[in-house]
Amino acid sequence: MTENKTGGIWVVAEQIAGRINSVSYELLSKARHLQTQLKTPEPVVAVVLGKEAADLDQLSRFGAEEIITVFDGALELYQNDAYVNVLEELIAQRKPSIVLIGATAIGQDLAPMLGARLKTGVAAHCVDVRINEDNQMVAVVPAFGGKVLGDILCPNTSPQMATLKPGVLGKPVPVEHPSAVITAYDASCALQKDRGRVKALEIVRQEQSGVPLEEAEVIVTGGWGIGSQENWALVEELARLLGGAVGCTRPVVDEQWVQSEQQMIGTSGKSVRPKVYLAFAVSGATHHLCGMKDSGLVISVNKDAEAPIFEASDVRIVGDAKTVLTALINRIKG
Amino acid sequence: MSLNIAVCIKPVPDPDCYDKITIDPVRKTITRAGIPTIINPVDKNAVEAALQLREKHGGKVTVITMAPPNAEESLRELLAMGADEAVLLTDRAFAGADTLATSYALSAGLQKVGPFDLIFTGTETADGATSQVPAQLAEWLDVAHLWNVQEFELEGNTLNVKMGIENGYISYSVQMPALLAVKRSINKPRYTSVMGVMKAKKKPLMVFTAADLDVEQERLGLQGSPTKAGAVFTPSLARKGQQLTGETEEIVEQLVQVLRSAGLHLETIADDKAGGK
Repeated sequence: MTENKTGGIWVVAEQIAGRINSVSYELLSKARHLQTQLKTPEPVVAVVLGKEAADLDQLSRFGAEEIITVFDGALELYQNDAYVNVLEELIAQRKPSIVLIGATAIGQDLAPMLGARLKTGVAAHCVDVRINEDNQMVAVVPAFGGKVLGDILCPNTSPQMATLKPGVLGKPVPVEHPSAVITAYDASCALQKDRGRVKALEIVRQEQSGVPLEEAEVIVTGGWGIGSQENWALVEELARLLGGAVGCTRPVVDEQWVQSEQQMIGTSGKSVRPKVYLAFAVSGATHHLCGMKDSGLVISVNKDAEAPIFEASDVRIVGDAKTVLTALINRIKG
Repeated sequence: MSLNIAVCIKPVPDPDCYDKITIDPVRKTITRAGIPTIINPVDKNAVEAALQLREKHGGKVTVITMAPPNAEESLRELLAMGADEAVLLTDRAFAGADTLATSYALSAGLQKVGPFDLIFTGTETADGATSQVPAQLAEWLDVAHLWNVQEFELEGNTLNVKMGIENGYISYSVQMPALLAVKRSINKPRYTSVMGVMKAKKKPLMVFTAADLDVEQERLGLQGSPTKAGAVFTPSLARKGQQLTGETEEIVEQLVQVLRSAGLHLETIADDKAGGK
């Protein structure tokens, strides 16, 4: 580590209840990749705000060369005013060139506020970032539900910021020789600026039942064409039989056939890449396709032979979803 | 208590038609010809939240947008839904704005007709879906904000707010003035009555250009946008699809083969299931 600590590719690592969110590792892995593309490599730095965090060694394992810890009781729960005050101060001192933030709920609140504070550009919910021949970061951003992708640059202001959706970058790769300097930062000065207009009270987390979508090797997704809560049970049963997770589209959330919108796949839901993706009665709206297009084998069943989902499928079955679901379940059960 | 409430809205191309969007191969621009414009869906939830608060506490609801002149139609629709006043910010100088420049122009518009106790937005628009304008608008206005709001209630001058996060929420108390970006699940927007449409014709709709606002010109539009757009392209989704045909039993048999060759151990699953009983 050199004396000159300015510059750098920063990843704001999100923690909840002391556990680092895995999107942080995906971002660090990408940051190491960007590092190789820069004309003069800059250090990859993870910044963790919270009361404490247990997984700091994981941050170095996936590429952090320095970890700035900002630990204070006032930062235990995400509170946008306090977090932005701290990051504004840190960024003013250390002047990173690039700041990457996970496009989680917290990240999507934090990043634009920080960007506005610093009067710099933030590319939102990108699917990739790279460095171009002019040594600038190019962020690939989906628009119109993913129908169109556009390159976004931030050439005149600093830092260049981007949020990236969890899951879009694929599995993070551990580095060969992990080694990180840990710098504890005293944020008491920045925290004194807080005007008390937003107070975080408590966090409530629901227990997740079944396999999480992000980790599932098999996903069984149903769309609006499933038709009823009763039929929806077939989607869940097949997922259970295959040891997979249940996914859904926006209309299914609206119909409340699923407990939680955490099961929604698409631009405003999850981005997934299972080995096998089975879509039943999913029409294939652009914003849904954007969330599942990186899956391994895509199998879809739809009674409409013209359904857009078939364009994105390896195996097509034109037929009634309920009939095929029932027959497949019976076949597997023997 | 009488509340002065603003709701920021945006007319967007109908998300149900995004598969019709193409890129002009010569000019490399996005073509959205023939796609109808609608009010961004979640913005109606934001208006509904404002109307419910007004009904409970009294006050006034102003809807505001930065958009081309034809956005008057969308604003009239929201006046018919129940909003009291509407503001359209429209000027060529606003064109090409990214989220920072958009939120700057909106903040100037809100300051012109405000101050407001409470500002509502939706979490995101269907077209760009950056979800960045709410937080940035709050920053320009220097008011508290929370994004992804799934529930809130007003007690005195304090808002008790639940911000949705993955698999849960964080609850906050927030001092007004404040901006809340609400989720679709927060309420069900009301239908517009015929009476509402009649009344809307007489409600005030103000149109302001950049010259009417207290703004620094260089912060507007393309010039005021720190992000610059590069190339646009359409991702290729096309896969070499194989169609399974036959009677249901034949299709399922082929499907089982496909799943097996993808590495799924279907028999084991069936056996485990039988063994477990």
